[in-house]
Formats: sequence, structure tokens, C-alpha cells
Amino acid sequence: MSALFPHRHLLGIEGLSAKDIVSVLDTAEVFYEVSRRPVRKVPTLRGKGVINLFFEASTRTRTSFELAGKRLSADVVNISTSTSSVTKGETLLDTLKTLEAMRPDVIVIRHPSSGAALYASQKVGCSIVNAGDGTHEHPTQALLDAFTIRRAKGRLDGLVVTICGDVAHSRVARSNARLLGMLGSKVRVVGPRTLMPADCAALGVEVFDRLEPALEGADVVMVLRIQQERLQGALIPSLREYSKTYGIGPRTLRYAQPDAVVLHPGPMNRGVEIDPATADGERSMVLEQVEAGVAVRMAVLYLLAADPGTGMTAG
Amino acid sequence: MHAAVQVLDADAIARTVRRLAHEVVERAGGPSRLALVGIRRGGVPLAALLRGAIEEAEGVAVPVGTVDISLYRDDAATALPDPKIGPSRIDFDVSGRELVLVDDVMQTGRTVRAAIDCLLDYGRPRRVWLCVLLDRGGRELPIAPDFVGGVLDVPAGERLEVDLRPGEEKAIRVAAGPEGGDGR
Repeated sequence: MSALFPHRHLLGIEGLSAKDIVSVLDTAEVFYEVSRRPVRKVPTLRGKGVINLFFEASTRTRTSFELAGKRLSADVVNISTSTSSVTKGETLLDTLKTLEAMRPDVIVIRHPSSGAALYASQKVGCSIVNAGDGTHEHPTQALLDAFTIRRAKGRLDGLVVTICGDVAHSRVARSNARLLGMLGSKVRVVGPRTLMPADCAALGVEVFDRLEPALEGADVVMVLRIQQERLQGALIPSLREYSKTYGIGPRTLRYAQPDAVVLHPGPMNRGVEIDPATADGERSMVLEQVEAGVAVRMAVLYLLAADPGTGMTAG
Repeated sequence: MHAAVQVLDADAIARTVRRLAHEVVERAGGPSRLALVGIRRGGVPLAALLRGAIEEAEGVAVPVGTVDISLYRDDAATALPDPKIGPSRIDFDVSGRELVLVDDVMQTGRTVRAAIDCLLDYGRPRRVWLCVLLDRGGRELPIAPDFVGGVLDVPAGERLEVDLRPGEEKAIRVAAGPEGGDGR
């Protein structure tokens, strides 16, 4: 905990102030530079332990947290549930208590249940970072998206950001809407009615049914993944129809600003929510997002795990 | 609280910087492979002054970089009241260079240790030198500067105020009072 970021955990964007968010983004700029040096590693978290506890499949988020910890010289351990005692019926609480006894400084947790990170923070003494809990929040994704947008556009304030797709099931959308709204962006959401959340008003976003007016004048287009594993029942008629009505490609992007950038949190369903040429095109920020992810997660781990020191002077 | 006592005025600082610039160029065997790296924050304006003095004497503008040691501190960054990290910026290839680390005041040597570690993450310089404007004593590590503007024993309870900012009246003063968080 520090004056710069007065929190023990990162559970969501909710609970952070605009100042906290700017602290993370500014700190991430420093780590962005570190990742481009010949030696991409600093000794800052030497002797600290970070456990990545993932109850859901993940490549980029887990790898990103792992590299972030390693580039800070922390000891990083990855646990995925398919290879853990969870398969033998261990409860989340027992798993957490067992890991806590190994004295990590940070546990990064991803879990299919909303509220799992908050629960963990109430049960263990170390810092908890939410790497995605159910349909609730995914704060580091929102932070890295904001970092990417700020680098591309030079600001967040006053930008029009359109979030397209399955907003109801998307923790990414929820965290992003909160964060961007707090920093002065105008956030719109668009998608089939069945995929719009009930609490749009609470999120402070403008809701659209049709893609074209939602994209009109947008500076940033944030495309969400159609989460086939989370879509229970017939919320959309077919992927083909979805693609025709809500897919982002050259035709629909004409409505956005000429210099609009396109973000996608990945993994992409090419040809469903995003046209392959757009995904690989010059407006696409997809790979920039991945690079930003490591820097932002380094910043988060640094702000949570760096010691309140002895007050010794440097001289 | 006593009033601050001035130990170096603007003219004295200018003369010292000129002398340091000549010494640095001489020992580095000319300016061709020379580069300066200021340690944030106090070393950055001094590095700029040195570069100006070298350019005046030799007609060559040597490259200048910056290192921030926050990530390399041995007491973890949040020991500072403001743990905000600044950027390190070295836009030239350090390999094969005669590199001069520059800081305004040297005390324990811990900052220099951290700065060397940071610097070596950018490559392998041919040689690393250390240039400080003022050595105030109180070393805690076996590190000595190669180029020293002046030596002044300042008791641990007193504080050195260094102002080398461009456009400002440059001065170094000794003041009573607790150490600043950045160890100066």
C-alpha cells in the first residue's frame, strides 16, 4: 500500500478513484519502457511471491501476469485448476488457506463466480488481484485498455467509446464502462437487447440497438468476444446473423471517426464479432493491448507488493 | 530551524562544472565515445550543464540519458513519501561507450549502486565513471567518485539544498532539518 495507490487489493474498478487509476497508468508507462530494454527485468520485487490461481482457461491473462511478476523479479507460481487439488474436490476456501500458508505476497485469482476475488480478500492476509470473476469485473483488462487508448489518442477525457457485443456477460465491458466513465470518456454500448445488461443506467452508459448510430463519431471501438461458453439458451439467433448485424468491419467502421481505433480483449472469433482484415488492420490495437497488459500488470503488482520500506535514505 | 547557509553560488558552480567537463573529456580520451547519464532527479540538470560545458570546450554535443533508480533501490520504492517512479531514458546504444554517471550530491553510495545496476540493463559500456558535484561523506558502500566538484562533510541531521535547474539562480545551500526523502 502506498500514497500513490492506497489499496491492499485490486478487486475491481469500482472502489478506485480517478486518481488511483491515473497512478496505475502513469506507473505502467515506466514499466512499458522496462519491457523494451535489452534486459527486460528489474529487481524491484525480489523475494516476493506471486501466485496465479486460475479457475478458468486463460492464455494471455495468465501469461501476462506471469511475465509481469517475473520481470519484477518476483517468484511466480501458476496454478490452474485442471492440475490442482480442486479436481479432488477441495473447496475454494481450503485452496486459498493452503496457498496462504505458503506466504505469498499476492494471489492473482480468476474464477467463474462473480465475487470470488472479494471473497478471497476477506479470507486471506495477502493482496488479492482480480483477474476476472464471473460476469463481474476484470480490472486489469480495463486498465490496459485505458493505457492503450491513452497512448493512441493522448487522452481519455472527451473520447467517444463504443463497446459492441455481449455486454451482459462481459466483465471486461463492466470494468471498462466504469473506468472510462470516471476518466471523462463518453461510453456507448450496443448489441442485441438480449445481451444488454439490466444495470446500464447504473453504469452510466448510453444504450443503442443498432450498430451504425452507436458508431457515429466514435473515437474508439471496443469489440467484445461472443462468449459461446457463457451463452446459455438462444440469446442470439445465429452467429452468422450476429456477424451481419453487429460485426465490426470496413463497412460498419465507416460510421466511426476516420482515425478511430479498434480494441478487442481477445481471444477473437474472427469472422463473427470482428472482420479478419480489421483485426489485422492498421486501426487494430489488439497487439498493443497485449503489450500494454504486461506493463499494466507490472504496475499493479508493484503498487500492491512493494514494501513500505525502512525509510533509509538513498544518498 | 536555522537559515540555509550558501556553500556554492552560481559563479562557483559554473567554474566547477567547467573543470569537471575538462576532466571528464581528458580521462575518457576525448568526447567521441563519451556519453552522460544523469541520475534522477538531481543528476539530470547537472548532466545537462556538463553537456553544455563539453560542447563549449570541444564543439561536440555528447549524448545524454537519464536513469531512475526507484526500481533498483535496496529499501523498496515506497520508503519514499512519494513513490512515483520517473522514466529512465537512454536513447543511444551504451555498448562500448565511456559512460559517465552524473549526480549532484553523493552520500551513502546506495543510489550509485542502484544506478549502475540499472545502467547495465541497457548494455555493456566500455567503462562507467562517476561524476558528482558535491561529496558530503557518509558512505555505506565501497563506492568512490572519479570526478568530484567539491567535498563537504555535512552531518546526517543537516540537509543539502541543490538548485541547478535551467533558468534559475544556481546554488547549493546547507540547511538544518530532517533529511529529504530523496536522501539529499
